[in-house]
Amino acid sequence: MAWFNEFPQLDDGFLRDLKKVIDDGFRSFTRSYGDAIEGLFEPLRVFLIWSENLLTNTPWPIILAVVAAIAWFASRSLKIVIASIVTLCLIGIFGMWADTMKTISMILTSTLLAIAVGLPIGILMSRSDRVQAFVNPILDVMQTMPSFVYLIPVVMLLGIGKVPGLIAVVIYAIPPMIRLTNLGIRQVDGEVLEAADAFGSSKWQRLVKAELPLALPTIMAGINQTIMMALAMVVIASMIGVQGLGQPVLKAISNQYFTLGLFNGLAIVGIAILFDRISQAWGHRLQKHRGGSHV
Amino acid sequence: MSDPIGIEIRNLFKIFGPRGATFIDAVNRGMTKQELNEKHRHVLGLRDINISIPAGAIQVVMGLSGSGKSTLIRHINRLIDPTAGQILVEGQDVVKMAPDELRAFRRHKTAMVFQKFALLPHRTVLDNVGYGLEVQGLDSAARNKVSMRWIERVGLKGFEAKYPAQLSGGMQQRVGLARALANDAPILLMDEAYSALDPLIRYDMQTVLLDLQKEVRKTIVFITHDLDEALRIGDRIALLRDGSVIQQGTGQDIVLHPADDYVTNFVQHVDRGKVVQVGSVMEPLNGTTPEATIGADVTLTEALRDMMGRGVQALGVEDAQGRPVGQLSLKRAISVSAGA
Repeated sequence: MAWFNEFPQLDDGFLRDLKKVIDDGFRSFTRSYGDAIEGLFEPLRVFLIWSENLLTNTPWPIILAVVAAIAWFASRSLKIVIASIVTLCLIGIFGMWADTMKTISMILTSTLLAIAVGLPIGILMSRSDRVQAFVNPILDVMQTMPSFVYLIPVVMLLGIGKVPGLIAVVIYAIPPMIRLTNLGIRQVDGEVLEAADAFGSSKWQRLVKAELPLALPTIMAGINQTIMMALAMVVIASMIGVQGLGQPVLKAISNQYFTLGLFNGLAIVGIAILFDRISQAWGHRLQKHRGGSHV
Repeated sequence: MSDPIGIEIRNLFKIFGPRGATFIDAVNRGMTKQELNEKHRHVLGLRDINISIPAGAIQVVMGLSGSGKSTLIRHINRLIDPTAGQILVEGQDVVKMAPDELRAFRRHKTAMVFQKFALLPHRTVLDNVGYGLEVQGLDSAARNKVSMRWIERVGLKGFEAKYPAQLSGGMQQRVGLARALANDAPILLMDEAYSALDPLIRYDMQTVLLDLQKEVRKTIVFITHDLDEALRIGDRIALLRDGSVIQQGTGQDIVLHPADDYVTNFVQHVDRGKVVQVGSVMEPLNGTTPEATIGADVTLTEALRDMMGRGVQALGVEDAQGRPVGQLSLKRAISVSAGA
C-alpha cells in the first residue's frame, strides 16, 4: 500500500539526471551562443546607457523644467504640474536624486520597448483567434511565473547588468500592453469598420485610420499598466545589477535599515503616482472629442 | 459628375454557416428557412434574389427585421460574400473581383450610408466627410474643398470643426450622407439610413435626398422597414420576406395589386391617395367632355383637392403630351383612396 500513502514519484536518480541534462544543455547553449545573443542586445545597452547619462548629467533645474513642461502639455492642469515638481523636489532634498534619475531612465526605456514589442503582437492577436489562443497562455505564464525564476536563464545568458534587468522588467510589464491592445482593437464598433471597408480602405488604412485611434483609450490604459508594473519590478531588477532606487531598498532589506528602505520606497511610490497622473491626464485629453454636449 | 450605372442582381443566394454552399440545391427545391435552421443549423439569408436596378433610379428594398434586406445591400459592395449568384455592375461581376479590384470598385463606384451613422468619433466633421477621398489618396487641400462643398450642401456649414459626439443624430446622419456624396460614386447604398432618426427629421432628410437626386442622378439602393418612406422615395420597391423577394414593382403596383396576403396586410394602412396616380385608376372616356383636366401622374389626393377647389364631379385625364386618355370621377377617386 506504499503507493497509496505516498504519491508515486519518479526515481530520485532519474530526476537528478533529468535536471542535470537540462542544466547542462542550457549551459552549453549559453557558452556557444551567449556572446552572439549579447551582441544582439548591444544596441539596447547603448540606448540604456545613453538615456541614463542624459538624465543623470542634465542639471536638476533643467530636469524639473522639462518635467513641468511635459506635465503641463499632457494634462493642462496646474495641480498636476505643481504636484510633480513638489514630488521631485522632496526626492532631491532627501538625497535620492541620482538614483531616481536612473530609475526613471530604466522605466522609460522598458516602457518604450514594451510598446514597440507589445503593440504589434497585440495587433496580430486581434487579427486571428488562433494567434490569440497561442499567445494568451504565454502571457499567463509571464504574469504568474515568479520573476526570480526567469531571472536565472536571463542572467545565465547575459550576465549581470542593465540589459538583463531591462529584459526581466519588460517580460514582467509587457502582458497588459499586449492584452489591452488586443482587447481594444477587438472592441472597436463593427459598423465603423464596415464603413472603413465600404469606402475602400486598405488593411493598413483601416488599421491606422480607424482601428488604432478607436482602440486608443484601451491601449493607453495598457501603457499606464505597463509603467506601473515596470516600477514594481525595480527592486527585483536591482538584484541583478540594475542601478537606481531598488538598490538602496535591497541594502535596507539585508541590513534592516528601516528608514532607508522607507525613503526609497516612498520615492518609488512618488514617481509611480507622477507617471500615472501624467499619462492618464494625457489619455483623457486625447479623448476629449468623446465628451462634448450637443450643440 | 459621373454617369449613373445600373446594377443587376442575379440568382443571389446567401446561406450563413460553415457549409452553406451544400444546401443551395435543397433551398432551391423549396426547403424553408425554419427547416434549414432546425435540421442543418444553417441560416438562410437570401434565396434566389433577382433584381435589376436601372441606372439613375432609386430602388427601395423593404422588409421587416430579419427579412435579409441589410444582408442584401451588403452584397452589392461585397461587405458580405454571397454563397452563389452574380452582381453585375457595368458588365463586371462584383462577386468575382480580386481584392484589389474590389477595393478600387468600393472607392470609385460605390458609397454607403449606415443606420447608426458609423462616423469616426476621433475625426472632425470635415475629416469624416473627406474620409473616402483620403483613402483614394487625395491631398488635404483638394479633399477639404470637396468636403466643404458637400458640408454646405447638406446644411452643416459652420459645424465642420465639430466632432460627431457634439452633433445630434440628424446632424450626424447629414455628415454620413455628405461623406457618401463627397466620393462622387455613381452608386449610393443607404442601409436603413434614416431609421434611427425621429419622424420629423426623417421626413426632412428624405426631402434632402430627393432634392439631391434631382441634381446628382445616382443609382440609389435604399433599405427601409418603413412603408411610407419606401413609397415616398422609391422609384421601384422590392419587398423582402424571409430572404426572398415576394413582390417588386413601383409603389403603386404594390399598393394596388398586392401579390399575396402578406403584402395586402402590409399595405392596408397606407394612405393610398398619396401613392396612387390618377393614370392607373382612371376610367375610359365616355363621350362627355369634362370641364377641367389634370395630368396622369398626379396623385389621387391632389386630384380630389382639385375637384373640391373647382367644385366639379369629374376631371379629364391627359398624358404628358396633353392628349386626353381618360377621366376620373369623384366617386372613383374616393373609393380607391379609401381602399374599397
